[in-house]
Amino acid sequence: MSAATRRSSGPGRLLIAVYAVFALAASARAAVQIATKFDEAPVAYLLSAFAAVVYIVATVALARPGVAARRVALTAVTVELVGVLTVGTVTAFDPGDFPDDTVWSLYGRGYGFVPLVLPILGLLWLRRTRDSEDAGR
Amino acid sequence: MVAVVDWAVIVASLAYAAWALVAVVRNRPPREPYVIGAGVVELLILIQVVVAVVLMIADGTPDETATFIGYLLMNLIIVPLGLFWALAEKSRWGTSVLVVAALVVPVLVVRMQQIWDAGAT
Repeated sequence: MSAATRRSSGPGRLLIAVYAVFALAASARAAVQIATKFDEAPVAYLLSAFAAVVYIVATVALARPGVAARRVALTAVTVELVGVLTVGTVTAFDPGDFPDDTVWSLYGRGYGFVPLVLPILGLLWLRRTRDSEDAGR
Repeated sequence: MVAVVDWAVIVASLAYAAWALVAVVRNRPPREPYVIGAGVVELLILIQVVVAVVLMIADGTPDETATFIGYLLMNLIIVPLGLFWALAEKSRWGTSVLVVAALVVPVLVVRMQQIWDAGAT
């Protein structure tokens, strides 16, 4: 198997599928929130939209071969981890700033904590597939 | 929402997920029977969408109409997308994608039921 396709095969196939589910879910949720009730909680809804963009970028970058895509994926997954940790912590201690839920609220409790586990698995997977790509460059 | 149709979709998708999970454990790639199975699940989802649309036209829409339609659309595309992504991977990991896609379906149906039962004001 060539180095370029390795990231989207094997366990990566499953990882990208889960990322795609979250990209879809977060996008749909953000679109509905912003279109129907943006004034109620603009900060939370903009954050929803931001999370959606992060998931979309991560999904596409993980699925695409090449060193550039790997770098984009690494950035997106890192932003995702920082995002879920920051928003999770803020919402755990002071829910007042986030009157409505986002994907990352309470470390993604509304989604079975998958949003917390996903970026960790993403980083591990990127690390595991790194060597083969460096060799193939 | 019509309970019989909802339950048919939930049971079919869970059964399909369990079936695919067995294949993952036994290290099987996604094969033709799983495509047919996905077709059956998708057919039931399609019936559910038609029923929901007819009910919305006849009896009015639930309060969170946009969210409801969003779930309806996502439910419609998740199995075909999963199948498309799964078939290119000739290993157990391809089959595992089918498990994930099939497990999203009952979650969405339950959420749709909650929105529907909350009703319109």
